[in-house]
Amino acid sequence: MGLEDLFNVVKTRLNVIDGNAADSGSEDKTDKDDSAVRVPKNMLFKCPRCLNVIMTEELEKNLKVCPECGYHARISAPERIKLIADKESFREFDADMLSANPIDFPDYEAKQQTLRDSTGLKDAVVTGECTIRGERCVIGVMDSRYMMASMGSVVGEKITRAFEFATKNKLPVIMFTASGGARMQEGIVSLMQMAKTSGAVARHSDAGLLYITVMTDPTTGGVTASFASLGDIIIAEPKVLIGFAGRRVIEGTIKQRLPDDFQSAEFMLEHGFADMIVERKSMRRTIAHILKLHKTGGAA
Amino acid sequence: MEKLNKLTPYERLEVVRHKGRPTIRDYIPLIFDEFIEMHGDRCFGDDRAIVGGIGSINGIPVTVIAQVKGRNLNENKDSNFAMPHPEGYRKALRLAKQAEKFRRPVICFIDTPGAFCGVEAEKRGQGEAIAKCIIEFMRLRTPVISVVLGEGGSGGAIALGVCDELAVLENSVYSVISPRGFASILWKDAGKEKEACNIMRITAEDMVELEVAEKIIEEPLGGAHNDIGQTAENIAEFLYKSLREKMKIDIDVLLNERYTKFRKIGKFTEE
Repeated sequence: MGLEDLFNVVKTRLNVIDGNAADSGSEDKTDKDDSAVRVPKNMLFKCPRCLNVIMTEELEKNLKVCPECGYHARISAPERIKLIADKESFREFDADMLSANPIDFPDYEAKQQTLRDSTGLKDAVVTGECTIRGERCVIGVMDSRYMMASMGSVVGEKITRAFEFATKNKLPVIMFTASGGARMQEGIVSLMQMAKTSGAVARHSDAGLLYITVMTDPTTGGVTASFASLGDIIIAEPKVLIGFAGRRVIEGTIKQRLPDDFQSAEFMLEHGFADMIVERKSMRRTIAHILKLHKTGGAA
Repeated sequence: MEKLNKLTPYERLEVVRHKGRPTIRDYIPLIFDEFIEMHGDRCFGDDRAIVGGIGSINGIPVTVIAQVKGRNLNENKDSNFAMPHPEGYRKALRLAKQAEKFRRPVICFIDTPGAFCGVEAEKRGQGEAIAKCIIEFMRLRTPVISVVLGEGGSGGAIALGVCDELAVLENSVYSVISPRGFASILWKDAGKEKEACNIMRITAEDMVELEVAEKIIEEPLGGAHNDIGQTAENIAEFLYKSLREKMKIDIDVLLNERYTKFRKIGKFTEE
């Protein structure tokens, strides 16, 4: 029926050679592109959009944006926070929350431990409060290195708590979304996180508070179908993947190759599902500006 | 009383896929005294994967929103195998908001392998349509009761699953993705569907244990298809009881309970 990958749509399409962004766990490792040139890890970056190969060093200097086509490559949550928050202003919430194994999925704990050791993360989202050019706000940043930032109990709980904190303290929320979708290893419990997070967004919104979504690479599946799509203002980074269903699933259904810009930020803008596309170098300024414009708003 | 004929998760999947499995079209005339169907999302079109309208159950007017499986190939073509497009979710939401306006409770029936995956669905914002359904049902100021009739698959199912009380038919399955999709993602082998069924926790009992559902609606021996009348009666009995109960509760209290119902789902530790 072609429903495979419904919630785990990011596969080999956006793998990069530096191994940084491609690791979504063992399920993604089996069908790598045969034509990929094997080079020392971390030295070269092959842009998944324009296929141009550059030195990783050059990419880093350019805020991890492909100098050729402008694709905004994945960055870690700590890197993102450094780019967005005022220096030393970030205070993390729930830093020690760890996932249990709600459906007793085999090897789930071991897999997570391996990822914790290699990424330094505890799960796929980092939440907290900070100031951006002096404006106080709550932020959440998803990190695709951790099980492709799939949403399980911890992601759902941390995001819900971040919204609840913001509602209580009358603060705006900025969510940097990235996700392969629901976390398969937590079964139906992961699906329920869609409702849980959306409920917290509803309360925050009903209090007249601002919620900005920044969709980064890749925003898909159950995250697109819940809190990511619910921002008052939806910003996307250039050339990133945004969509609901898996590209391969759709290609399987229609039996033809989809155009390269299908499910891109630009595609979302064209079809009316994003307000603006903002480059990484202007993101902090843009968000600060929007925050300032909303300062007088909101239910007092 | 423990029944002797408890089926394995995979056997249940076979039961819900049985071609005689009753669909919402079979149940509507048996459960509701009357039913007036409504069409369209007022934006794009009318998605026949979702049927909606006003019904009444023991004299109580309700809004009915349901995913439609076909009973044969022609019906399935017509209803797209119960896989809604964005306009289906927008129709559902329009009817839910209408119910809120007239203070009618909403009854949702879930029976879908998932939301449709296609180019047009993406262009019209499948993700956004589902997200809007979820957030609006979360704060809908009227009671909402949902029933999983057969298959409840993924985001396409939970769009109609945000409710005050969820019941699951005894042999129905509710899952984060179809077992086939699960096997395909985790083991790169869609053929391992049976193994997937065994570890995914998809049965009615699993849903109650994981606090996703509140009730299990009993099916006749062998499955709902063996006695549609009896199954419909069991569903109607549950709905009427649940409606009477939820309609008595102050709406702000009910909304708090609805929030809490989902708020508490999730397993984690804090050091």
